[in-house]
Amino acid sequence: MSAATVGARPAGSRVLNRIVIYGLLLVFALVYLIPFFVMLVTSLKTMPEIQNGNMLALPKDPTIQPWIKAWGEACVGLTCEGIHGYFWNSIKMVVPAVAISTLLGALNGYVLTKWRFKGHKLVFGLMLFACFIPFQSVLLPMATVLGQFGQLGKVFTNAFGMNLGFGNSTVNLVFVHVVYGLGFTTLFFRNYYEAFPTELVKAAMVDGAGFFQIFRRVLLPNSLPIIVVTVIYQFTNIWNDFLFASSYAGSGDVMPMTVALNNVVNTSTGVVEYNVNMAAAMIAALPTLLVYILAGRYFVRGLMAGAVKG
Amino acid sequence: MTSIVTDRMQTPERATQRKSLRARLQEWLPKIVLAPSFAITLFFVYGFILWTIYLSFTKSKAFPSYTLTDARAYQRLWRWTFESNPPSSWYTSITNMVIFGVLYIVFCLAIGLFLAILLDQKIRGEGVLRPIYLYPMALSFIVTGVAWKWFLDPGLGLEQTMHQWGWTSFHFDWIKNKDYVIYTVVIAGVWQASGFIMAMFLAGLRGIDSEIIKASQIDGASPIQLYRRIIIPLLRPVFLSALIVLAHMAIKSYDLVVALTSGGPGGSAWLPSNFMYEYTFKRNEMAVGSASAVIMLATMSAIIVPYLYSELREKNR
Repeated sequence: MSAATVGARPAGSRVLNRIVIYGLLLVFALVYLIPFFVMLVTSLKTMPEIQNGNMLALPKDPTIQPWIKAWGEACVGLTCEGIHGYFWNSIKMVVPAVAISTLLGALNGYVLTKWRFKGHKLVFGLMLFACFIPFQSVLLPMATVLGQFGQLGKVFTNAFGMNLGFGNSTVNLVFVHVVYGLGFTTLFFRNYYEAFPTELVKAAMVDGAGFFQIFRRVLLPNSLPIIVVTVIYQFTNIWNDFLFASSYAGSGDVMPMTVALNNVVNTSTGVVEYNVNMAAAMIAALPTLLVYILAGRYFVRGLMAGAVKG
Repeated sequence: MTSIVTDRMQTPERATQRKSLRARLQEWLPKIVLAPSFAITLFFVYGFILWTIYLSFTKSKAFPSYTLTDARAYQRLWRWTFESNPPSSWYTSITNMVIFGVLYIVFCLAIGLFLAILLDQKIRGEGVLRPIYLYPMALSFIVTGVAWKWFLDPGLGLEQTMHQWGWTSFHFDWIKNKDYVIYTVVIAGVWQASGFIMAMFLAGLRGIDSEIIKASQIDGASPIQLYRRIIIPLLRPVFLSALIVLAHMAIKSYDLVVALTSGGPGGSAWLPSNFMYEYTFKRNEMAVGSASAVIMLATMSAIIVPYLYSELREKNR
């Protein structure tokens, strides 16, 4: 604890000190909460109330109609079927992408710490740097390659009557997120396994356990915290991604949630229904917020691990 | 630490025998497991970067062309860099990058450190306050953009609210003003990331040895002196990490500009990332788009590579 509490000062100035500190903290808390509060109350108001009332006022007559409309009827571009389809698109993209990248990251971290080979540092360094590139520098080649996948899908469709996932937007996004998430997942597991006692691995080896057996029986059962951290980190990042989503699934009914939300807000047919827009934004924010509320500790740990390298 | 583990594999008896297929497989297994990930990284990251660099030296317009020409894309960007009146899109983008980058980093660091110090004063209710400062980090930039777009809208948001409260001269239309729109991106960006920087500083503060603090208190240092002379200098590694994280996020910022400002009036809120996207996919100038991506990558590398290099070296000393 570094708390530099004031020592020999008169009691009065100490109390004043505390009041100022608490006051400042509360003011900041309000500032952080207000945009979200406004979003929430607006999503529960009727349109007349929004146009005539105060943005900060609580809804006089709370209604969940905007939420229902956002989910089932809101217009995204020209189709007016609500955002539920896009919500599921995001789920279908996030679950496999998180599972695959986490598993691969765990295996990579295991190899890079317990089965080291010459050049392991270079391999890790190259994978680590990949976390930091601006994705603009790979955006166009990836678009070209995904286009080729699409062609391949057509060939497969002609030959076997199905495209085997080639050319499917969700599959494409899963692939992209696994590729560009590998660096982070590998980093997380490598740093975690680095601290894992190598003696236990050696002992298991003496007992005749093989590569995968050791991974399954010795490391995995002890990896729960880092798995939670990695899953949360990847889930948040992939759910919130906009750049890849808008580049590779930017229109039609294959859009993920973030792209659909941006389109809902920018759809300019008829009267703009702010309450529906805000409800849609709330729905898009809910999964990651829920994760944050339920597992905030791991969320922060993931951010830190992603920030403080090595 | 070198390959202690693989050496142990060969117990004396087995080393003399011819290795069985299974043993040889076991020996290769780790590399086989790692190989796909590494190959993917080599191809889809480094190969693609080379591919983008190659494209930036072609005449690619709406479709990629693979005939190498000269550095004309870079020459155009270079010319645009100085075209300030009327500003070229590239001039606007890089000017915005500087404004946004500097303000975003400075304000996040300042607010983050300030909140961390306040929270570190043995505060009751810290467990409630901390998550409040941090939750914006869980939201997507699109959600943040939508919320702030509404909040800053002159007709509906803050300005209107102030008018209703009787402050009728209050005027705040930055989000619709081409000269100020980039500052609204700063506001929303700082709102989103400063809580996280607070968490980093708080972790740093909690890691400081309390003996040092006690000693300086005995020496009669006032709280302000204590922070200025002792604690803040001790936080230097946290400053460095936070700086890197923020610079990285600033250069990558793209979604926030799109959601908050839709690019601003006449593209006045563009950052280089928006420039790249627009030129590549909307204006059919792929070569120019690629060149701008290469410049972004070079900037990022100049910041990240020395940092990663020193971190990795320190770790293994």
